[in-house]
Amino acid sequence: MTDLPLVKLSGISKAFAGVHALDDVSLSVGRGEIVCLAGENGSGKSTLIKILAGAQGADSGTIEIDGQARGSLHPIEAVRAGIQVIYQDFSLFPNLSVAENIAFNDQLVHGRRLVDKRRNRRIAREALARIGVDMDLDRVVETLPVADKQLVAISRALLHDARLIVMDEPTTALTEREVRALLQVIRKLQKDGVAVLFVSHKLKEIFAVCEKIVVLRNGRKVADGPAREFDLASLTYHMTGRHVTAVELPPAPGEGSAELLRVEDLGRGSQFDGVSFSLRAGEVLGITGLLGSGRTDLAKALFGLAPADRGRIVVGGRPVAITSVKDAIGLGIGYVPEDRLTEGLFLPQAIGRNVAVGILDRFAGRSGVVDRPRLSDAVEGWVRRLKVATPSTALPVQSLSGGNQQRVVLARWLAINPRILILNGPTVGVDVGSKADIHAIIADLAREGLGVIVISDDLPEVLAACHRILVMREGRIIEEVGRDSADEDTLAHRLAS
Amino acid sequence: MRSLFSRNETLVALIIVAFCVVTAIVEPRFLTITTITDLLRNGIVIGIFAIAAMLVLVSGGIDVSFTAIAAFSMYSATKLMIALGVGDQIIVAFLVAAAIGLTLGLINAVFIGTLKLPTLIVTLGTLTAFRGFLLTFVGSQLITNVPPGMRDFARSMIFRGETPGGSFVAVPTATLFLVGAVVLTWFILNRTVLGRSIVAMGGSRESAARVGINVTAMQYFVYGYVGVLSGLAGIVHASLARVANPFDLVGLELQVIAAVVLGGARLTGGHGTITGTLLGVTLIVLINNSLIMLGIPSTWQNVVIGFLILLGTGMPAWQARRRAAASA
Repeated sequence: MTDLPLVKLSGISKAFAGVHALDDVSLSVGRGEIVCLAGENGSGKSTLIKILAGAQGADSGTIEIDGQARGSLHPIEAVRAGIQVIYQDFSLFPNLSVAENIAFNDQLVHGRRLVDKRRNRRIAREALARIGVDMDLDRVVETLPVADKQLVAISRALLHDARLIVMDEPTTALTEREVRALLQVIRKLQKDGVAVLFVSHKLKEIFAVCEKIVVLRNGRKVADGPAREFDLASLTYHMTGRHVTAVELPPAPGEGSAELLRVEDLGRGSQFDGVSFSLRAGEVLGITGLLGSGRTDLAKALFGLAPADRGRIVVGGRPVAITSVKDAIGLGIGYVPEDRLTEGLFLPQAIGRNVAVGILDRFAGRSGVVDRPRLSDAVEGWVRRLKVATPSTALPVQSLSGGNQQRVVLARWLAINPRILILNGPTVGVDVGSKADIHAIIADLAREGLGVIVISDDLPEVLAACHRILVMREGRIIEEVGRDSADEDTLAHRLAS
Repeated sequence: MRSLFSRNETLVALIIVAFCVVTAIVEPRFLTITTITDLLRNGIVIGIFAIAAMLVLVSGGIDVSFTAIAAFSMYSATKLMIALGVGDQIIVAFLVAAAIGLTLGLINAVFIGTLKLPTLIVTLGTLTAFRGFLLTFVGSQLITNVPPGMRDFARSMIFRGETPGGSFVAVPTATLFLVGAVVLTWFILNRTVLGRSIVAMGGSRESAARVGINVTAMQYFVYGYVGVLSGLAGIVHASLARVANPFDLVGLELQVIAAVVLGGARLTGGHGTITGTLLGVTLIVLINNSLIMLGIPSTWQNVVIGFLILLGTGMPAWQARRRAAASA
């Protein structure tokens, strides 16, 4: 009996408005097994999870739990069967306390009518203790940092004798260190006999914890097998359906190349101090460090969002003061904040409008009326330069592939004509295929002579996309390494130790 | 301490105290028990409405149709009472009005819960439709000779007395409806899983559905409950005013929502307290009734109320943004 799978999905199909989100997908998870569900955005992972959690019904197919067939699953039935889902947004109630958030489901499952606050607090305390966390139970969840919200979500999932915990992209908002802590928690769960369905598109994490891998692509299952039968290349191939090649970075610019930016002994408050480096035209410089290492503060200082209070900045050979965003833009510095490559598009709107939105005022006459012909020339120019694959800029952005959507975002930022572009976490939350696309775009920009600074704690990323890497810790640059002389493990060690 | 000062409740309470102090200095007659009982009497109907409106805001919606529901229920129930010849049975009026209110509230719920249409649009529509239906099919004649049951109800007091100064003080029985609405709604919101589910739904509807809260059922409850409270408030209003006027009440809804928002309920849902709501109502009623004592023309009421809304809702939002900027 024990080798009966805990959960078995067979032939699950689901369509939305005639489009197949899932097409004949089967999947089984054994007791205490860590299974990875891999796939790019839009591959049907989220739909499959929702069906497993009972949040959506399947059009066809069966769900078996402990060998018992169930037609459709109600959320509360799924919980009773020991299935718990931690959604990407954690599905917490921002306006309720930690205790109430953790205990809410329990009240419903037990069909309670009245609220027992002491019982709720006890449940919450015990749940947090199971993953070894101590937290203020009365704190309102919207005031918690992201990592703590996730801990609340995990401890909530552990209630009701969870036997299968589904984690939807659990590491997206976490730093390296927090990810390692999370993987630790997952292994601990496995020791307690809890199975985990780990949904991710981050290859490294997949190999770090999973025993079995199931890959979805465009709503179909394209691969299923023990983790040892996969390697990075084959998994990438299954997820994207194409062979993603490593990005060809143009050669590092030599001494003859113009120095675009030099920073000497820059500092601000206690956030960072004594930072010096230079950036040449055509160079991609990586800055890496853990959350709180000062990497983002440094970027903000260079863009005038939170100006430096000591040190020197030299742009194009001329010492300058950057005290506002306006100064920075005037000097040709562009800054793309975190998530802006993945968010911040008006999807149903035309590509052209999406690019134009940031530069409207430069094409507005004194009367405030936009000079449309000139604007549209500029927009067309950028769309061509960034090689956005589309027959017309009048098409909606959502008609584009992920990588092309990101080109549109970049076109918008590039339309302000920067010579130095700072990208903060350019591929946070992006899947493998799109990630390679973004790296290719960065390489293109460098080839065109821009100086690019990539700030990221994704080590494979900085190693793949940058010529040189500055390692920051506690507000200082502790090391500079070339891409050829560094590898991931030593870099990771330098970040944390 | 900082959390105490950044709360709307505290701010509104301070404004109320300041307003009372100024009024009392200008017009010493303000500081009498009579003022308090007058305020109470004038605050019953708007108070019940506000409790209902607060519940909707907490659930993540907004309802502007409750005044039309109240007018509809009140006028129809009064007419029915007369037609059936049970004019001395106030209980009939309340039961009928509650039933009509429930029905109309559930009509809102069908659009909102089942058809999943935006709450503001639905209730804007039903506000007009209910009113139009009332005036076209039920009647548009003022009933000035209200049934004796309603008159008796208005006259009945839970407390009657005389101040040492010789003026009469009385607390009408109708006050019990406000007290009942407050106690019941407080209990539901804070002590029942049903109520917490409504608060949770207001915080995040997606999360609520995911933990297994029946979101549609919650919406039926909320809009049905608001319908019942509105129906009852309608009869209380007609009784105290001693006239069943089908043109009455509609137009009050924005002032009620203003009171609720002043009391800290957020239009985005998930936040709102009974205490805050009652403070907001107190302030609005104070301004409606006492501004005249300060020698300020009554047309200024709206100006003052509008300004207070900007102050009362803008200040905490502004403080929150400054805090966020300081910590970033």
